[in-house]
Amino acid sequence: MRGSRRALRPPWPLAVAAVVGLALFVLPLAGLVLRVPWRDLAGLLTSEVTVDALRLSAVTSTAATVIATVLGVPVAWVLARVEFPGRSLVRGLVLLPLVLPPVVGGAALLFAFGRRGPFGEPLYRLTGLVLPFSVAGVVLAVTFVSMPFLIVTVEGALRSLDPRFEGAAASLGAGRWTVFRRVTLPMVGPSLLSGMVLTWARALGEFGATVTFAGNLAGRTQTLPLAVFVQLEADRDAALALSLVMVVISLVVLVALRDRWWKAP
Amino acid sequence: MNVRPLLVSTVLALAVAGCVTGGRDRQVVVSAASSLADAFAAIEESFEETHPGVDVVLNLGASSGLREQILAGAPVDVYASADIANMEAVAAAGLVDEPAVFARNRLQIAVPPGNPGGVSGVADLARPELVVGLCDPAVPCGALARRLFDLVGLEPAVDTSEPNVRSLLTKIEEGEVDVGLVYVTDVQAAEGRVEGIDVGVEVTTDYSIAVLSGAPPAAEAFVETVLSDEGRAVLTRFGFDLP
Repeated sequence: MRGSRRALRPPWPLAVAAVVGLALFVLPLAGLVLRVPWRDLAGLLTSEVTVDALRLSAVTSTAATVIATVLGVPVAWVLARVEFPGRSLVRGLVLLPLVLPPVVGGAALLFAFGRRGPFGEPLYRLTGLVLPFSVAGVVLAVTFVSMPFLIVTVEGALRSLDPRFEGAAASLGAGRWTVFRRVTLPMVGPSLLSGMVLTWARALGEFGATVTFAGNLAGRTQTLPLAVFVQLEADRDAALALSLVMVVISLVVLVALRDRWWKAP
Repeated sequence: MNVRPLLVSTVLALAVAGCVTGGRDRQVVVSAASSLADAFAAIEESFEETHPGVDVVLNLGASSGLREQILAGAPVDVYASADIANMEAVAAAGLVDEPAVFARNRLQIAVPPGNPGGVSGVADLARPELVVGLCDPAVPCGALARRLFDLVGLEPAVDTSEPNVRSLLTKIEEGEVDVGLVYVTDVQAAEGRVEGIDVGVEVTTDYSIAVLSGAPPAAEAFVETVLSDEGRAVLTRFGFDLP
């Protein structure tokens, strides 16, 4: 008993490094929380700019999560299950937004889907739809940046799935679509949910691609992070209040996600 | 226990810290408004030629953002703001004394080459069918644009409030924004990529510059260069008016 307790005590260099590492995350948050104007918080959080940004962020993050799920699950499935030449390259392309500076992604989106872009121009001519400076543009930008989180999570789950379950279903006469729908999807369910939550949280925090591609207009394209950025220079208290909202939402989501990871079968 | 990795990392950390602090007197950090990018790059080049061993580092951004960095304690030696208000905020915090006004700029309408929106004057910025871009009101060029609209009594149909003047200019160059209000110096810098149309109203902003307290002597020398005949010639060449 005493031996096992002793084994749990970390060696001191590890403990010191861990404390410093944790401080790196905790101290900035403490700095933020200490500056939050608690007394005026209610008023700041119900101002028009804040409410608009909150609503827009909620709508666009949710839309991005839905699109990322509908398109990302098939991509994850193909990457996990289909052998084809250049699969590593394709996976690299899919994961690129994870490490690419978002502003580069935003610029790429602008060059491709802007009114004069090779894809945006025909779109504009055929449908009159202009993506930059629109809510649809925000959704496209945040989907671009957040969808890799869903693909990574689901692909990992698919790879660790025992293929014999799907084989058994197929041998019992189930078609490939039925196997996917009735066997594969339910088995990766918890991972899918984790991926969706991560995607949503990343979409909520997206800044660089959004401001570069969709611009910044309160009530139309000014999401929470953009509002924080602009308000930092105009109204510090409002920026702090908005920052607090982002921290609380993100923390709640991540803590809930962790519980799911541990408790999920 | 193996302490070597720890030792190595400690030595590395000290070395990095040494570089940062040791190079301080040879380096002059100049926080300048984005609209000064080209003019200050030219001044930097000639200053470094006449002051060997001094490295001028330009930190470009919206004057308001630079102000916040300075107020938060960023290691800046010279602050050049595109207006007076931001400089006053820094002065009120006791971080600079005696700011000098060194240039003047005015707004101009910028449109993509060929003027696809058929823009002829300020009134066109109220046309809802055009993609209209301004700077955000939080940055000087945006505040100046709002002052212009107040003067002429017009409500612009804004589609985007860009975080700084250069990002707005880029979107006009790309043809994603049909019409925007930028500085006349930006139009000149982007000659061939945007077309300028005069606003017909006199709305100007004064640029001010100051050395921050605790800056090395080279910072003072840089400001003197900006204020000198040579500096004024460069500013004029890039389209600024002189006070």
